[in-house]
Amino acid sequence: MSVISLRNATKRFPGTGGEPHTAVRDLTFTVDAGEFVAVVGPTGCGKSTTLSLVSGLEPASSGEVDVNGEPVRGIPDGVGYMFQSDAVLPWRSVLDNVAAGPRFRGLGKQQAREKAMVWVERVGLAAFAKYYPHQLSGGMRKRVALAQTLVNEPKIMLMDEPFSALDVQTRALMQDELLRLWAGTGAAVIFVTHDLEEAIALADRVVVMTSSPATVKAIFDVPLPRPRDVEEIRLTPEFVAAYREIWDTLREEVARARAEAMGRAS
Amino acid sequence: MQAETLAPPALSTGSVRRRRLGKLWGVRVAVVVVWLGSWELTASHWIDPFFYSKPTLIWERLVDWFTEGTAFGSVWIQIATTLQEAVLGFIIGAIGGVVLGILLGRARFAADVAAPFIKAANAVPRIVLASLFVIWFGLGLTSKVATAVVLVFFAVFFNAFQGAREVDRNLVNNARILGASRSQVLTSIVVPSATSWIFASLHAAFGFALIGAVVGEYAGADKGLGLLIANAQGTFDAAGIYAGMIITTVIALLAEWLLTLLENRLLRWRPPALQGAENA
Repeated sequence: MSVISLRNATKRFPGTGGEPHTAVRDLTFTVDAGEFVAVVGPTGCGKSTTLSLVSGLEPASSGEVDVNGEPVRGIPDGVGYMFQSDAVLPWRSVLDNVAAGPRFRGLGKQQAREKAMVWVERVGLAAFAKYYPHQLSGGMRKRVALAQTLVNEPKIMLMDEPFSALDVQTRALMQDELLRLWAGTGAAVIFVTHDLEEAIALADRVVVMTSSPATVKAIFDVPLPRPRDVEEIRLTPEFVAAYREIWDTLREEVARARAEAMGRAS
Repeated sequence: MQAETLAPPALSTGSVRRRRLGKLWGVRVAVVVVWLGSWELTASHWIDPFFYSKPTLIWERLVDWFTEGTAFGSVWIQIATTLQEAVLGFIIGAIGGVVLGILLGRARFAADVAAPFIKAANAVPRIVLASLFVIWFGLGLTSKVATAVVLVFFAVFFNAFQGAREVDRNLVNNARILGASRSQVLTSIVVPSATSWIFASLHAAFGFALIGAVVGEYAGADKGLGLLIANAQGTFDAAGIYAGMIITTVIALLAEWLLTLLENRLLRWRPPALQGAENA
C-alpha cells in the first residue's frame, strides 16, 4: 500500500522576470510503507521541491499529492523532515533540541526529556547531551537532527541531501547510522541526493529526475539485500551493475544541466 | 564516533593575554592623562576657565556636591530621581518595543500598513516632545518617564522588528514539521532568535532612557540631574554642567555593565568567538 503518491504534481514559483518558474512538472510516483526511495537528479533541478510538496510546506500548483491516502493540506501527520542545512536550534542543548518535537506535541518537560534521552543515546551523543550545537562537529549536528526527527516516530521521513555537507568518511558513517536506525521503524523514506552512489547504497528504488524543470525520467529497483554496510556494498558486482545502468540514464541529464548552467553563465 | 572529536577552543595562553591587556589599559590611561593634562594646562594659562572650566574645578564641584550637597539638596536624591525615571522609561519602552516589534515583524500585512506611519513617527524630533509632556503631565515623574519611553521604544522596536523578520526560514519550517503551532513557533523560535538583535539595541536604549530623563528634567523639574545641569547653565557654572555630565556617564556605564552581564547569561548558547567580539 502506498503511503505517498504524487500524480502529475507540478510546482511553479513566481519568477524574477514576471515569468513563473516551473520547479517540478508532472511528477508521478508512489512510495510504499517501509520503502526507502532515493531521488537523484542534477544539482539544482528541483528535487527539494518534491519534498516541500509531500511535507505540505508548499502547496502544489496543479496535480495531486496524497499522503496516507488523503490530499495534502498543511503538514500531514507522521511526517519527519531532515533539511539540507542545519536546522537545529542554536540556543538549545542537544537534549532539548531532541525534546523539541515531543514538547511541541504537548508532552511535559520531564517526559519529553526522558523520551529524547533515549534517542540521544541511540545516535551516540549521550556524552554530549548538555552541549550546545556550536560546540559540536558537523557530523554530530546531523546526528542531533536525525534524533530530532526520529523521536517523533515518523511514518514518513523526508530527507533533503542531509549529509551533503559532511566529509566522505563522516558521510559513510552517517549513512550506516541512518540505515541502522531506520531498519526498525517501518517508515517510508524519500531521500533526495545528487550523489548516485549514496542513492544506490541506501535505497530500495531510485527515482531519476530530469534537469530543470524536473520530472521523473525513470525509476529503478535496487536489487541489493539488507542489512547493508554502505562501504562494503559499493564493491559488490551487483552494486556496480546497478550504478552503470542508472548512470546511463542520469548522465544525459547531468550533461544537459551543465550545458544550461554554462549557457546562463556566458 | 572516533572520527568526531571536539576541537579545543583556540585560546591564546594566559601570559600573552595578560601582557596585551596591560598594554591596552596603559595606553588608555595615557590618553586620559594627556587629554585632561592639556586641558588643565590650557585653561590655566591661555583660555578662560570661566567659560571652559578645567578638570580640577570640575573635581572640586563633584567633591562639593557629594560632601556638602547641591543647591537642591543631597546629590543622591538627584541621582535617584533621574535613575528612577530612566529605569521606568527603559522598562516600559523596551517591553513595548519588543512586543510590538516582534508581532509586527511576523505579520507582513500589518507591517506594510504601518510602515509609513512608523517611518514618520521615527522622523519626528522626539526630544522636543519633552516640552509637550511637561505641559501634559506636569513637572513630576510622569513627563520624564514619557520622554524616556518614546526614545527607548523606537530604538528597541526597529531591532525587534528586524530580528523577527530575519528568522531563519529553515528553523521555522523545521519547528512546524516537528509539530509546533503558530504560537509555539513565535515563543520557541522567533523570540529566541530575535534576542541577539534586541540586546544589541538595549545597550543603546538605556543611554536613550537617560537622555530622555535628563532632557525631561531640563525642560522642567524640581529635582534630578537635568535640573542640576539646567541650573548650572543658568548660573554660568561650566564646571557644574561637566559634573552633571560625568555623573550621568558613570550611571550609563554601570547600566551597560549590568546589561552585558544579563546578555551573556541569556545568550550563553552563542559561540564564544561572537561573544568576545562584542565585548571587546
